Amino acid sequence: MSSDVLTIQTREVAGQPWVQTLHEWVTTVDHKRLGVLYILYALFFLVIGGIEATIMRVQLMRPHNDFVSPQVFNRMFTMHGTTMIFFVAMPILFGFANYLVPLMIGARDMAFPRLNAFSFWLTAFGGLLLYFSFLGGSGLYGAGNAPDVGWWAYAPLASRAFSPGHSSDYWTIALLASGFGSIGTAVNIIATIISMRCPGMKLSRMPLFAWLNLVMSGMVLLAITPLSAAQIMLLVDRYLGGHFFDTQAGGSATLWMHFFWIFGHPEVYVLIIPCFAFASEIIPVFSRKPIFGYPVMVGATVCIAFVSMSVWAHHMFTIGMNSYANSFFTLTTMAVGVPTGIKIFNWLGTMWGGKIQFRTPMLFCIGFLFQFLIAGLTGIMLASSPFDWQLSGSYFVVAHFHYVIVGGILFALFGAFYYWYPKITGSMLNEGLGKLHFWLFLIGFHLTFDLMHIPGLLGMPRRIYTYEPGRGWDTLNFLVTIGAFVQVIATLVFVANLIVSYFKGAKAGNDPWDAWTLEWSVSSPPPAYNFASTPAVSSRRPLWDLKHPEDPDSRYE
Amino acid sequence: MSAITTPLQETAVTWKLPYRGKVAMVCLIIAESAIFTIFVVAYLFYVGKSNTGPTPREVLETPIFYTICLLSSSLTIHFAGKLLERGRRGVFLGLWLLTIVLGGLFLYGTGQEWHRLIYEHGLTISTNLFGTTYYSLVGLHAFHVTAGLILLSIVLLFGLAGHIGPEQSARVDVLSLYWHFVDAVWIVVFTVVYVLGR
Repeated sequence: MSSDVLTIQTREVAGQPWVQTLHEWVTTVDHKRLGVLYILYALFFLVIGGIEATIMRVQLMRPHNDFVSPQVFNRMFTMHGTTMIFFVAMPILFGFANYLVPLMIGARDMAFPRLNAFSFWLTAFGGLLLYFSFLGGSGLYGAGNAPDVGWWAYAPLASRAFSPGHSSDYWTIALLASGFGSIGTAVNIIATIISMRCPGMKLSRMPLFAWLNLVMSGMVLLAITPLSAAQIMLLVDRYLGGHFFDTQAGGSATLWMHFFWIFGHPEVYVLIIPCFAFASEIIPVFSRKPIFGYPVMVGATVCIAFVSMSVWAHHMFTIGMNSYANSFFTLTTMAVGVPTGIKIFNWLGTMWGGKIQFRTPMLFCIGFLFQFLIAGLTGIMLASSPFDWQLSGSYFVVAHFHYVIVGGILFALFGAFYYWYPKITGSMLNEGLGKLHFWLFLIGFHLTFDLMHIPGLLGMPRRIYTYEPGRGWDTLNFLVTIGAFVQVIATLVFVANLIVSYFKGAKAGNDPWDAWTLEWSVSSPPPAYNFASTPAVSSRRPLWDLKHPEDPDSRYE
Repeated sequence: MSAITTPLQETAVTWKLPYRGKVAMVCLIIAESAIFTIFVVAYLFYVGKSNTGPTPREVLETPIFYTICLLSSSLTIHFAGKLLERGRRGVFLGLWLLTIVLGGLFLYGTGQEWHRLIYEHGLTISTNLFGTTYYSLVGLHAFHVTAGLILLSIVLLFGLAGHIGPEQSARVDVLSLYWHFVDAVWIVVFTVVYVLGR
């Protein structure tokens, strides 16, 4: 029924002038279109952030390289970090949440469609503002200057005296704008999940994807806001002559660090929890088994959210806290490992004894599991404060958190792309190119980030623009850069796959993976109204019930 | 796609979920609380750390009257909402107006205090740490009062035009939830600035 309606719609769209189509996209309040806008916007910035990373890696390929100046190098790592966290990871995850949460809970849209559009455009504006700094932020080094104070803008580096001009202001206001956008989206996701579920969709029946995004949004409310507050303080300091972080007037530089990391550490979980959500949807479908330990998964996620709020100072062991604070943050940080370990065992339990299909989404999820485990283990190493005193500010830390962000978050995201692309566009991503993408990226990733641990252990500090030869770092850095190029090639394969499959991909149909959640019950792409009549569900796997009326899940719940 | 209605035993059960406006406002309040917490922590952290005067003990006067105004506006808005639910529009509008007047009085009090501090004691946001933290914390709260007053006034205008009835009661309640939050924050700010901070 809905597919008829859809064919009529596509015909209408095909006859439209492009201005009209553009106008529709710009003014849209549809959660699916906004989701796609979020994702496209994030992919655009992924490419930019990737170029910045590549520039840094080329500079560090050889000792005494002069590919870029130290000043440009500073801007590159600042912009790379800021872009990847705020304008790639956050929007892309919000994009998936936007697109999928209403479909999964049987709703026709988000609770506040216009707030949704507003939040997206705020985030988009933030990104543009950040990059406008290349043109408009005339600063210390003359006209045209991007922020160069690191993605955390430690005080007093970001104060007027040490960061004249406007580059730090662009950074602050861009993050403030995107922060408000994130809060709007988080409010929207929570209200949608609490108030818009279809009949029968009790909280205990909700897909884990929705559950985990609910927890993530709750964390956004509590984690992004401290950053916004600190940004307001920084603006007061920079524009009104305030003294919050002005050490000469009695202000404290460590207070900024605390405020930043009260945001910064939960932020890691804000990013990884939606990736847990992807894994929790993809792994069961390709193992042909329901998720193992559903209530425990929910409980562990909530537990991670709680504990992760009290671990932030493990980023600051080297500032000289007292031994009680060091012990506290060491213990809480190690405690996060427990619920995370529970989740990893649950995914393994889901795969155990399953009829595993090694399709591309599943491959990426397995990569995610393996790499996230290692990232967690180096995290436990760094959680131990005496060990951290040795390695804080070294390439070991860089390797650790890139293992989390690339090996964990990005791998899960690629899995999500291969899994939901058919739903979003109506065509399958090419499986051959997908496997090529996976293996190339896997090799490039391990070449880069496995080896990056070693110069860190050998004492290579992060954020240096060059280094002396003969310290045992040369070959490793060269190989790390080669790995970065392999990742670039793999990403190009992925982008090519996205484009080619959009036009030439096999038709997906409603349910290409024989999955169980509600989004697969509607046509691909779904009609504007999602569900012609509101569905009613009576178990965690409504489509299983539909496909197996003789043995529905509802009988066992 | 009405296909997913196979085992339909449950549709008979009434399916009632919380009102989305209220959920969203609660979320906003949680987020705002985090922002205020950071400012309060900064205030407490910097108590007594200013290098120069004036100090809070020297210049601050406890604004008891205006505090009573703001806190009692929570009562008036609460009863306004209750009366609207029962359809008594006239009394609702009266109490609503009273809420705005009380909130406005409070804002006037803040303005007067700032005027006194700036012109009599020479305390500005850039004078010392006390000035920086005081004006940002109290200013952040005053900003929220201002936003609340604008929203309340919009409702008042709609009410005077006769567009607010019992059917809008749930929406009006969302706004009063925000107003209660603004009042509750003042209790914290008051305690921190005028009691602990001195």
